[in-house]
Parts: sequence; structure tokens; C-alpha cells
Amino acid sequence: MTQPLITVEKLDKAFGARWALRGVTFQIKQGEIVALVGPNGAGKTTLLRIVSTLARPNAGRVHIGTIPTLEHANDARSAIGFVGHQTFMYDDLTASENLHFFARLYDLPNIPQRVQQVAARVGITNRLNDVTRTLSRGLQQRLTIARMLLHDPAVLLLDEPYTGLDKIAADLLDEIMADARREGRCVLFSTHDLERGLAICDRAIIMKAGRVVHDLPRSDWKNLAGFMEIYAHVLSDASSRGTDDNTRHAASPRDTAPEDRQ
Amino acid sequence: MRFLRQVLAIVQKDLAAELRTKENLSAMVVFSLIVLVIFNFAFELQGVDITVLGSGVLWVAFTFSGILGLGRSFAAEKDKGSLEGVLLSPVDRGAVFLGKALSNFIFITVMEGATLPLFAILNNTGLPWFPLIPYVMLGTIGFAAMGTLLSAVAASTKMREVMLPILLFPVSIPLLMAAVKLTGGALQARDFSDVALWLNILVLYDVLFVVVAFWVFEYVVEE
Repeated sequence: MTQPLITVEKLDKAFGARWALRGVTFQIKQGEIVALVGPNGAGKTTLLRIVSTLARPNAGRVHIGTIPTLEHANDARSAIGFVGHQTFMYDDLTASENLHFFARLYDLPNIPQRVQQVAARVGITNRLNDVTRTLSRGLQQRLTIARMLLHDPAVLLLDEPYTGLDKIAADLLDEIMADARREGRCVLFSTHDLERGLAICDRAIIMKAGRVVHDLPRSDWKNLAGFMEIYAHVLSDASSRGTDDNTRHAASPRDTAPEDRQ
Repeated sequence: MRFLRQVLAIVQKDLAAELRTKENLSAMVVFSLIVLVIFNFAFELQGVDITVLGSGVLWVAFTFSGILGLGRSFAAEKDKGSLEGVLLSPVDRGAVFLGKALSNFIFITVMEGATLPLFAILNNTGLPWFPLIPYVMLGTIGFAAMGTLLSAVAASTKMREVMLPILLFPVSIPLLMAAVKLTGGALQARDFSDVALWLNILVLYDVLFVVVAFWVFEYVVEE
């Protein structure tokens, strides 16, 4: 039986008076690719940031494999590769210097060889000596993906990874995710590009107002049109409910029991 | 060893970026020289003995120029999200602090290295390199350590350029007083026993600033 590589339990996160996540719970197993979809403000980025250890939840727990991220963050980080909205790169360093730097932070052996491998994987070998700020948005995104792959992580987290990628690079990313599935890793990615995202994923989690409203295995929708029917219903419901749903009234994460928060 | 390798990686990264752009260092050195020139004009008109006021002039130049570099230290990391890239790595937050503090220490020291000879030339005076250099280094250690921590704090605020001096100068007053007294003692060739107390204070604040900043840094950079 495949083991869960990501376990998210009753995750709550609030920014001031507004809930970003409420009682989010799910698991992702080895070899699974899961798409995270939902309207703007649904909590996708916040969720990915918490799973990646960049942010801390108000309540709830995340495990990477058997590692609790709050208690053993650095162990969890060794197993996570993350692509966020920003490149995380140093503009004044070359692509090669950036990759070498991050490889040193991960304390990897044979760094020059590893840098060449990941650069070749994302097709930037001939641009390794270019200063990062001179690279196009798409090439910077490829560099970011190369950084994600540097330490061979078991868990890949990607926040809107198709942004700025041309078709060739987007196909390459799909290939990298498919490889991850085959190698027994797991992938959790958010996207607004439903056509591309749904084509590659095994499961889709639909979020709205900080909650998971649907967790659909591929068998639950026959094609893009079938999924869009479900998704359109969620979107219309989200717009009609307005924003009050996400406001922390009297109930805050500290003064409400976790089981009451759903 | 892993910890030290990560510290070294951060220092080398900062040095490589600075060597490519030279933005920080050139701004710090030029600003420091301007401060010296302005003070030189002011004091020449008054006929002041520079060995008496020189220590104050030097530390005004060091701290005001140093704060320029410290301000950029984390602002640049925050702007492009590169600090988050570092925080995503399995790197001890203390290693990040030490790496950044060491980089800042090196930049400020280079600026001081350019400032001191010009101070000697402008004032037509020789400098007692020993014990002046050790005193300046000791003052810079504490200033760079606390400056690195508060630069990280300020970088998270909207008014970061304003916040850093507002936060750093009040906290650094005891350290800067000790550094000025010791530098003054060196310029006036006073006996070591006259300034020994200030040396103790300076070392105490160096240790305090480095230890406190090292432990607090994690809470500053984590969301």
C-alpha cells in the first residue's frame, strides 16, 4: 500500500480578522499528482506555503512522510521542493552561481555535477553563465524549477508553476511531474490553467474560502467539461456568498474547539 | 561542519553579488568620505584639535555609512523573495544570521579601511594603527551583529529605510560610546589603563549583541 507523503490535518490559518484556511484536511500518497484549484483568495497559496514550512498555521498539523513539519522543519525541508510565485533567485548572481549556492545550503555532494544535471533537465545548460536578471521570465521559471529539483525531493509543491512558461517549457514541467509520479514522489500544485492542470493530475482538490469543498479523484470527472460543470457550480456559489464567510467574528482559532470550526 | 559550510555559502554569495555590482560598497565608501570632508571643513574653520574630536567624527562616518549597507542587506533579499528560498532550505536560521552578519561586517570593514587613511590625510595626522584597528574592529562586530538583526526587522516593515536607524541607533548607544572612547584613547595615545573599562564594556556588548541577535533572528525571519 502506498504511503502518504503529505498529511494535512485540520489546518487553520488566519490573517488578522480573516480566515485564509479553515479545517483543511487531506492526504497525498506516493506517486500522486494533485491539482489545487479554486477562485482567487481560496487559500491555495497559503496552504502551499504552510506545507512548504514557509508559514505556520494557527492550528492543525502537517506531516511530510512521518515528519511533523512544525517540530522538525529542517528534516521536512530536505524532502520538499517548492516553486512559488517568486523565483527565490539572486538577480545579481549567474544561474550557475544561484544553483551552486542553493546546493551548498542543502549540503549536497558532487555539486557541479548535480547543477549540470538539473540544468540539463530543464534545458538551461547554455544559459548557466548568464546573470539571472538578464534571463527572461520563462527562463527564470525554468531556473526555479531546477532549484526545486536540486536535492531530489520526495515532495514537489508548485504554486502556479505554468506562469510565464511557453508551451515547450510547460510540456517539460508536465514531463517532470510525470517522472515524479513514476519515481514514487508526490506533487501538489495550484493552477488556474485547468485544461493543462487537469490533464496531468490524478486528483483535484477544489478550495473555496479557505476550505476544501471537493476532493475529486480522476474517476469522478470524465473530461474537462465534466469537471468544469462541478467547478462552475463552486465558483457561482463562491461569488454569491460574498466575503463575510471568511471573517473571523467572535470565533477565533484560539477560542473555538477544532471540531467546531468546520 | 554543515553549519559552517552553510555560513560560508551565504558569505560567499553576498561577496559574489557585491563584487559584481559594487552598489553597496561604493555607496558606503562615498558617503563615508563625504561625511569626513564635511567635518573637515567645519573643524578647520574652528581650529579644533582633531585628536580630541576625531573619534566622534570617525564613528559618525562609520555608523551612518554602515547603516546604508545594513539597510540593503535584507531589503534586497526580501524584494525578490530570495530570503524565502534560503528559508526553504534545511539551514539553521542561526547560520543565516551569522552568514549575513559576517558579510555585513566585511562590507563595513572595507568601508572603514577606505575611511581611515582619508581621515589621516585630511587632518594631516598619523594614525596609531595599533590599538586603533582592534578597537574599530570590536566596535564593528557588535554594530554589524545588531544591525543585521534589525535590518531583518526593518525589511519587514513598510518604512524600512526609516525604521533601521530608528531601531539601531538607540540600541547601539552603549556600544558606540565605548567604541568612541576607545578610539579617542588611541588617537590621543592615552594609557591603556585609562580606557580598559571601555574595552570591557565594548567586548560585553559585542558578546551580548551577537548572542541575542543569533537567538532572536529565527523569530524575526519566520512568518
